[in-house]
Parts: sequence; structure tokens; C-alpha cells
Amino acid sequence: MSEIPTDLRYTASHEWARLNDDGTITIGISGHAQEALGDIVFVELPEVDAELSQGDASCVVESVKAASDIYMPITGVVVDTNQALVDEPEMINSSPYDDGWIFKIKPADEDDIEQLMDASTYETECEDE
Amino acid sequence: MSQRTCLFENHQNHGGKIVDFAGWEMPINYGSQVDEHHQVRTDAGMFDVSHMTVVDLEGEEVINFLRYLLANDVAKLKSEGKALYSAMLDEQGGVIDDLIVYYMNDQWFRMVVNAGTRDKDLAWIRKQSADFDVSVTEHPELAMIAVQGPNARKKALSVLPLDVSQASADLKRFVGVASGDWFVARTGYTGEDGFEIMLPESEAPAFWEALAEAGVKPIGLGARDTLRLEAGMNLYGTDMDESTSPLISNLGWTIAWEPEDRNFIGRDKIVAEKAAGVKQKLVGLVLEGKGVLRGHMKVLCEAGEGEITSGTFSPSLKQAIAIARVPVAIGDYCDVEVRGKLLKAKVVKPAFFREGKSCL
Repeated sequence: MSEIPTDLRYTASHEWARLNDDGTITIGISGHAQEALGDIVFVELPEVDAELSQGDASCVVESVKAASDIYMPITGVVVDTNQALVDEPEMINSSPYDDGWIFKIKPADEDDIEQLMDASTYETECEDE
Repeated sequence: MSQRTCLFENHQNHGGKIVDFAGWEMPINYGSQVDEHHQVRTDAGMFDVSHMTVVDLEGEEVINFLRYLLANDVAKLKSEGKALYSAMLDEQGGVIDDLIVYYMNDQWFRMVVNAGTRDKDLAWIRKQSADFDVSVTEHPELAMIAVQGPNARKKALSVLPLDVSQASADLKRFVGVASGDWFVARTGYTGEDGFEIMLPESEAPAFWEALAEAGVKPIGLGARDTLRLEAGMNLYGTDMDESTSPLISNLGWTIAWEPEDRNFIGRDKIVAEKAAGVKQKLVGLVLEGKGVLRGHMKVLCEAGEGEITSGTFSPSLKQAIAIARVPVAIGDYCDVEVRGKLLKAKVVKPAFFREGKSCL
């Protein structure tokens, strides 16, 4: 399995979250998730300014196999989306933790990220699947 | 219990990701489904289709039996090895399966039916053959490898056993040839040229590796599905089944209506359906904007509602495509309901990409 970055937090539904210096949080899907989905061919990005609660379906990533909802790791407002994915959705496969980021939120409470799993807990979770 | 083909270890050694398919442990891909798709469109790929069922029908009355069993007419087959695609209907005119039957001689036909329908097909064929002088013999000891793509035949011919290679070199399209225990046909399910090769299980793993050495890459079931969909070929159980007649499944062209006195199973029902006016048809859809079409999405047009039976993102066209069952009066465009939104799609004949070229 691909390396799981230790500076990120993870959900059981395979999103990752990164706390940025400006207090926003970047969200993407894990290497494990993109491997399971296979070749990604379309991303329906969320609307900027959308207010979403933890667990809400925020957007959709579609592979050749299936459509998969991306859930909000924590409550917040969408402030930016990765427009490069419109033409190159396969970047989620090639670079799930960097170029393949999906959107950024301004969290209702940035400490909420502490509720998410750290890398080693997430790795154990993936192995148990 | 799930079954494995004789090539299971080859799949594992080539990094195949194994999934359950109709009770068989089969490779869905060996890495990237999209790369595998392009490999077949541009060069050559191979598929393990050993889970499919090979049945030999032999006997004095085999021609009469098949003219009764199948909606297409095997009397069209005059030359040795010639193949015919046909639906096998039940008494209600529903599709039990679609299949290919090869004419070997007046007392021997070889048939290939789907893996998922094996049990019911064999039971049906045996039941219907009771009154005919025909034997029905399944060949589970035969493996089957489909080699497909513009360079598929050349590469396959270079590694086939010499006598088989010589027998296969000049095969015309839709014709097969038996050579010893091997059988090679110039057929496929991808819209590309190539062979489907039946061979003894004992020889299949080494032959698979010889093909790989010759540059024929392993292709999983995932790409098999996107390739057949681009080619506009129906998938049994998805685009048609026992609840659909061939007339609403884009299989009208496979029904031999003439001669009128040929009685085949289901004939009276589909004759009546035709006389009453066929209400639906299978068409192709091409999504105008971005997104992906999937099976069971609702199709809306002025003439009424329909449903996508197979949908995917076409790796060759880089657009979403689908096969959909819709009212016959559908116009040139329709809407598809994609997660609550209506997206515009163009209505086309169900063939999108074949032989390296767009059909649109």
C-alpha cells in the first residue's frame, strides 16, 4: 500500500484533512481510497461558499467503476476548489495528497480536526478492511 | 463456492486485482483499467474468458434443433467455421442468453454462452433437445483467451503452435477453425480485430505467458466492459434479460424472420409484439457536458421516460456514454437525471468507437 503522510488527519470514509497556516483546511481522498476507486474520470466539485456539516456529502468523485461521495471531515464553509481537477481528474490517482487535493474549507472550529484519526490509526483501519 | 480458471495464478503473477464475477474469481484490472483500455485500442491485449461456457452440439438432427432453439437461423451458415450471433429466447420471447454458434459441419456446431447463465442455458438446451437426435457436451476442460487489438492477430500468430498458427493465419472475420485440440476464431467483444482462442487448460498458462512475452498485455474485466460498451455491444443481464424481448434490445437484426415457416422458440410472441408495434428501443447516449452516465439513471424525453442500461466514461472519447432503453419516438436529444440534475445527452446509434475510430 502507498505511504500514508503523517502530517494529515483521516476519516473512516477515507478523506484526509490538512490544517494550513492560514487556518483553512484542505481536503482530499487517501491513497488507499484512490486505489480502491481506480481510474478517476470526473470530479463534481462543491460550490464555493457552501456551508456543510461534518458527514455531509460535499462532492462526488467518479471513477470508471463507480461514483463515490466525498464526506465533510468537519463542519465548515467551502472557500476554494481545485479547478485543475476539472480537466485532469486523474491527478487524484497520481498525486492524492498534493496536486489531487479537492477543496478547502474554513472550519467552524479548527480544533475539530483533532477528532480525526492520525496516520497510524488510519493505517490500522485500512488494514482491517 | 467461487471458482477459478486455470489462469488464476497468471493473473496473480501479473498483479491482477481479483473480484467475484458470476461466481468466478477474475481480474478486474492489473493496475489501470484506462491504460488497459487504450492498450487494446492501440496495440494488443488479452482477456481470460475461460469462465465462459463452450458447448458442442452434435448429431443427425443438430441443424433442425438449432433452427428451433435460436432466433437467428443456422441455415445461413454454409462454410466451415462460420460464426453466427444469436439470441436464445424463451416461450414468452424473453432473452435467455445471447451467444455465438460456429458451424463445424452438418452434424457438429460449437456454441459459446455466458458464464453467468451457464446453468440455466445448459438446462434449457438439454430440455429442448430431448426430442431431437442431438448430444449436448460441455467443455469445461477448454480454456479461452481473447486476444484483441490492431496488432493482436499478428502477435498471437507469432506464438501459436505452428500448425494452429498456419490454420489461423488467413481466417476471415467471424470465422473459426479447429486445429487439434485448439480452436481459433476471428471474433471478439471489443470492437477491435483479434482472435478468441480455445485451448486445453493444461496448455493455457504457458500460452498466456508466451503472449505476454510477445507484447500482448493482460486486460481485466473492467476494460472489457468499457471496450464492449464503446463498441455498442450488449451485455447480457444488463442491457437485456428474460424480461426484455430482442425487439426492444437492439437485437432485431439477429432475428431471422425468413423463412416464415421456421418455427423457433418465442417466435409467435415476438411476431405479435412486432405486429402490435414495438414501444421501446435501445439507443446510444453521449453526454454533452462533463459527468458520468451510469446504469439505471432515468432518461427523459418528449416521448416519455426511459432508463440507462449500461453507462460509463468512454476512455477513447473522453466523454460519458451509455446504452439506454427509451421510447421509440425519442428525438435527437434527451435529458438524463444525474444525482437530481438534468443533463443533456445526444441520442445516437449504439456504437461509439470501433477499430480505433469514433463512430460518432
